Amino acid sequence: MKQREVVIIGAGPGGLCAAQKLLEGGAKVCLIDRNASLGGQLIKQTHKFFGSEKQYASKRGIDIMEILISSLTQYGDQLEIMTETSVVGMYSDKVIACVKKDKFFKIQAQSIILATGASEKSIPFENNDLPGVYAAGAVQTLMNEYGVKPGDNVLMVGSGNIGLIVSYQLMQAGINVKALVEAAPSISGYLVHASKIRRLGVDILTNTSVKRAIGSEQVKQVEIWDLDPTWQGIEGSERILDVDTICISVGLAPLTELLQQLGAEVRYIKELGGNVPVIDKRYETTVKGVYACGDVVGIEEASSAMVEGKITGLNALEDLGYDIRASRLEMKALHEELKFLRDGPHAAKVRAGYLKRGMLT
Amino acid sequence: MRIKEHPILNFKAKDQVSFSFNGKTLYGVKGDTIASALHANGVKKLSESIHLKRPRGFYCAIGNCASCNMVVDGKPNTRTCITPLEEGMVVENQHGKGRV
Repeated sequence: MKQREVVIIGAGPGGLCAAQKLLEGGAKVCLIDRNASLGGQLIKQTHKFFGSEKQYASKRGIDIMEILISSLTQYGDQLEIMTETSVVGMYSDKVIACVKKDKFFKIQAQSIILATGASEKSIPFENNDLPGVYAAGAVQTLMNEYGVKPGDNVLMVGSGNIGLIVSYQLMQAGINVKALVEAAPSISGYLVHASKIRRLGVDILTNTSVKRAIGSEQVKQVEIWDLDPTWQGIEGSERILDVDTICISVGLAPLTELLQQLGAEVRYIKELGGNVPVIDKRYETTVKGVYACGDVVGIEEASSAMVEGKITGLNALEDLGYDIRASRLEMKALHEELKFLRDGPHAAKVRAGYLKRGMLT
Repeated sequence: MRIKEHPILNFKAKDQVSFSFNGKTLYGVKGDTIASALHANGVKKLSESIHLKRPRGFYCAIGNCASCNMVVDGKPNTRTCITPLEEGMVVENQHGKGRV
């Protein structure tokens, strides 16, 4: 069995920032990701970030990714990168079972940071499993990472930031967005994103949802209908749109399966996206020496994931016996930064989630 | 189905990669996953539901949902949305749970 000092699972914004702090402090890091390249979901984020300057506000996600990855290259052998590697098992004694291509192997870690992120949710409607019904983020990957169009005419479902941003990016790729439907009475993402697509002529239909997708082998059309105040479809309000793609953008669910295998306690907190690990202020889970950061801890923005990554990196360093006294001020500033990012009306849900967690930072 | 012009991204012409899909020769480009190459060729149906045999395409594109599982070089349950396309790969629709 391989022995490693720190293993980070997931090389998105959280995992990369955790790695950076650990490497700076002198630890040997093993970074695992199931994708072929590092960066997680930053690779497709062609939009400019909001948030704070310290977390690269006004830079595009794809450029932030380059900055984070290039900051790691100076560490040579101190950093071991395992891409195309899936973690398939985790044990409470910090043994990690992995599969790379067809090879199975195990790693004994002294410390673990889980930065597994989240997966996109779906909603129930007739034929929601037809090819052509895709998660909005998945379509963003297909377009922005691989340069492939998902289709010609799209219905976007959900008006959160992902739905709004991906609608705009679909249009940047030359794809027609027929409409955006939102079941709630109002737009849930930033109005600046909503205004952008409205100006380009996309109808944003609130109190509206999908009744069914139409097609046998793939989506040919979609039937939408109005919802009453109790979110029930109103008979007679149905209309059909000619689309070949339905993008679902209805929220994300933290990927906590590995944490649960390991025996870390999780708790259902709706505001944070579902089952989330029980953590303390140091972002340590209920299993000693196992930390979590980013969307797996609770659904937020990539900016928060980066800050949490740094926090967990520093705390894991301390556990491993490195002297982090020089980073006390930095740690304090990082917690301040999180507080700043979780301020304002759009972070109300996150704050409510952290209140339930007993951790109003 | 490939994006040719984009205001932010630059999709340069890349080397072609040939592979077979259900016995037919198709072409993707370097950097493609199996699923993105198939989609660029207009192939949306990647798998089938196990019992009702309903067609399935990709859904999550992060290797999580299993909707894109196919038989690749004889190996079933390959997550084609995160598996890089390689020259000469033999890709087939999977029927049922797959057997090793």
